[in-house]
Amino acid sequence: MKKTKSIALGIALAAGAFTATNALAATTLENVKDKGHLQCGVTSGLPGFSQPDQEGNWTGIDVDTCRAVAAAIFSDPKAVEFTPLTAKERFTALQSGEIDMLSRNTTWTLTRDASLGLNFAGVNYYDGQGFLINKGIGVDDASQLDGATICIQSGTTTELNLSDYFRAKGMEFKPIVFDTSEQTVQGFSAGRCDVLTSDRSQLAALRSKLSDPSSAKILPNTISKEPLGPVVRQGDDQWFNIVKWVLALQINAEELGVTSANVEEMLKSDNPNIQRLLGEDGDMGAKLGLPHDFGYEVIKHVGNYGEMYERNVGPDTPLGLDRGINALWTDGGVLYAPPVR
Amino acid sequence: MNKQTINSRPASPKPWYDPRVRSIFFQVVVISLVFWGGWTLVSNTLSNMESRGISTGFGFLDETAGFGIIMSMVPYDSTMSYGRTFWVGLTNTLLVSAMGIVAATLLGFILGVARLSSNWLVAKMALVYVEVIRNIPLLLQIFFWYFAVLSSLPSPRQSVDVGGAFFLNNRGLYLPEPLTQDGFGLVWGAIIAAIVGVLVLKKWAKKRQLATGQIFPVFKVSVAALVLLPVLAYFLAGSPLEWDLPALKGFNFGGGITIIPELAALWIALSLYTASFIAEIVRSGIVSVSKGQTEASKALGLPNGLTLRLVVIPQAMRVIIPPLTSQYLNLAKNSSLATAIGYPDLVAVFMGTTLNQTGQAVEVVAITMAVYLTISLSISLLMNIYNKAVAIKER
Repeated sequence: MKKTKSIALGIALAAGAFTATNALAATTLENVKDKGHLQCGVTSGLPGFSQPDQEGNWTGIDVDTCRAVAAAIFSDPKAVEFTPLTAKERFTALQSGEIDMLSRNTTWTLTRDASLGLNFAGVNYYDGQGFLINKGIGVDDASQLDGATICIQSGTTTELNLSDYFRAKGMEFKPIVFDTSEQTVQGFSAGRCDVLTSDRSQLAALRSKLSDPSSAKILPNTISKEPLGPVVRQGDDQWFNIVKWVLALQINAEELGVTSANVEEMLKSDNPNIQRLLGEDGDMGAKLGLPHDFGYEVIKHVGNYGEMYERNVGPDTPLGLDRGINALWTDGGVLYAPPVR
Repeated sequence: MNKQTINSRPASPKPWYDPRVRSIFFQVVVISLVFWGGWTLVSNTLSNMESRGISTGFGFLDETAGFGIIMSMVPYDSTMSYGRTFWVGLTNTLLVSAMGIVAATLLGFILGVARLSSNWLVAKMALVYVEVIRNIPLLLQIFFWYFAVLSSLPSPRQSVDVGGAFFLNNRGLYLPEPLTQDGFGLVWGAIIAAIVGVLVLKKWAKKRQLATGQIFPVFKVSVAALVLLPVLAYFLAGSPLEWDLPALKGFNFGGGITIIPELAALWIALSLYTASFIAEIVRSGIVSVSKGQTEASKALGLPNGLTLRLVVIPQAMRVIIPPLTSQYLNLAKNSSLATAIGYPDLVAVFMGTTLNQTGQAVEVVAITMAVYLTISLSISLLMNIYNKAVAIKER
C-alpha cells in the first residue's frame, strides 16, 4: 500500500508541474515589485543607446529609458537588471516574460504592433536608415549602388527597407547578413562588403570603430522611417501606461524646463503643470499604481528627455548627433508628448 | 483432472502482486503521462499565445518575405514568400553538409591511414593535425577561416584573373557558368547509358571471374566509358554548351557562378574539423582487424593492395561505420554555425530573419527542429542500410 501511495503522490506532483505553467497571473508591476528590480532587454552593445562602460555600468538612451521606469517604481534608477539581446532574440524574450520591458532601439511597425502580442509605448528616438560606404568605390549617392554587396544585421527592419529600396529603384544588391552589429563592422572592414547599412544614428558610431575611419563615409540618403521606442507585452494596460507615461513625462519636463539640476526648486513652482508633473498637485501616481512623486524621482535621477539625449547621443558625445527631428515640437522637431493632467 | 492441475499450482497471486499485471499497469501509466504531458504543453502554449494576442498558424508561409538572400540554389527574390525562404535555407544547409561530408570523409580516411604509416614523419604530422584541430572549438575555426580567407584576398578590382574566365577576390570565386543549349539532352542520355553500361559490365565481369577465374579490367573500362561516351555525344550534338563568363560590372563581378567566401570558409572549417575525428575512427577500425588476417592473406599470396582492399578494409568498415554515422550527423548539425559568418543556411535565413520578421517563433522553431531531425534520421537510415550490407553475415 505504501508503494501505491507514493505513486499517487508522484502523479499529483507531475500534474502540478504542468498546471502551474500558466503563470503571470499577477500584474507586471506586482512582479517587478516582488523581484525588487526591473528586468530590461537592451542591445549587446550599441554606443549611445545601450552599452556597458569601462566599469561595467550600462549607459545609453535606451538604458536611461529603463532607469527612468525603475526610478518611477523604486525611486532608485539602479534597480534595473539588463539583459543583452540580439535583434533576433528580443521579441521572444519579451513574449516569454524573461524581461519586463524591451528598450533596444526597436522600430515601431504595424506588423510588430499587431501580430507579436506586444505594444510600443512611445518613441524615444526618431531615426532613419542610411548607408556607410567604402570611399574606394567612388559613390556619392545611394542611387549609384547597383550591384553592391551590403553588410547588414539580421532580424531588423533594415533588411526589409533595403530590399524595398533596391527593388523600387530597379537595382540589384547582395546582402551579407550577420548576427550582431559588431560582425557587420568586421565584415565591412575586412572588405567583404562595399556598403554597411543601418540606422543613421549608428553609422557614425560604427564608422568610429573602423581601423581607418577616414576610409569610409556616410551617404546623404535616408531611405526609411525608424521610430525607435520601448516595448511591453500586451494584456497589461497598467504596465503599458507606466512605461508610456514615464517617457511622456520626461518629454513634458523638458518642455516645462524641469531638469535634474533644478527639480528641487521646481517643487516650489507655482505653475500647475509643473506641480502635477512632480506630484505636488493631483494624484497622477496613484492612477498608474505608482508613488505620488514618481515624476520627481524620474527627473531627479534620470533627468528630462533633453538631458537624456545630450548625455548619450548629443553633439558633445562621440556620436555627435544634433537634435534634428528629435527636438521638441516647440523647437521645430516632432517630440510632442500628451499632457500630464 | 482440470481442477487437480490448478490446485497443484501455488495459489494465483493477487493482481497487484502479479508481475505481468504490474508491468502492463506501469507501462500504461508512463505512456499516458507522456501523452498527457505533451498535450498539456501544446494546449497550454496555444492558449497562452492566444491570450497574449500572438498570432499563430502557418499562414505566414504564404506572405511576401521582402528581404534579400545572397545565395540560393532555388530561384529566389524578395517578392517571394516566407515559405520559399525555407527552401532556400534548406538547400543551402544540405549543400554545405553534403560538401562537408564528402571532403571530411576523404581527408579523414587519408589521415587515418597516415597515422598508421610506417613513415615516422607522416605518422607524426597526422597525429599533430588530429590533436590540434579536434581540440579547438569549431566556431573559432570557422571565424579563423572566414577572416583568414577574406583578409588574404584582393578587392574585386585587383582580382586574381585566370585566363579571363576565373576570378578570385574577397567577394568570392567566380567561375564560368555552363548554359545548356538545344541538343544537350543527347549528352545526358550518354551519361545515363554509360552508368547503366558500367553496372551491367561489373555484374558480367564478376560472373565470368567466378566461372573462369579470369579477371576483367572493369575499372579502366568503366572510366573510359564514363568519359568517352558523353564527350562523343557532346561533339555529335554539335557542342551544345555556351559559357557565361563573369565580368566586372560597376564595382562587383556579375555573371557566371559565384562561390561566396562564407560557403568556402564554412566548408573548409567543417571538413577539417570533422576529418580529425574521422581519422581516429578509421585508425581504430584498421587497428581492430587482427594481424593474423593480414598474415593469412599474405600466406595465400595476395599482394599488399588486394590484402588491404579485400581483407582489411571490409572488416575495418564494420567498426568504422557506426561512429562515422555520428560524425556525419554532427557535421550536418554543426553546419548551423553558419549563422555566425553570414552564410544563409536554414538557421540564419529561416530561424533568423524569417522568424524575426514574422514573430512566429513557435512555428518556425518547430519546423526547423523537424527538418534537422529529418536530415539526421535520413543520414542515419542510409548509414544503417550500408552498415547492414557490410556487417558480418552469419552463415
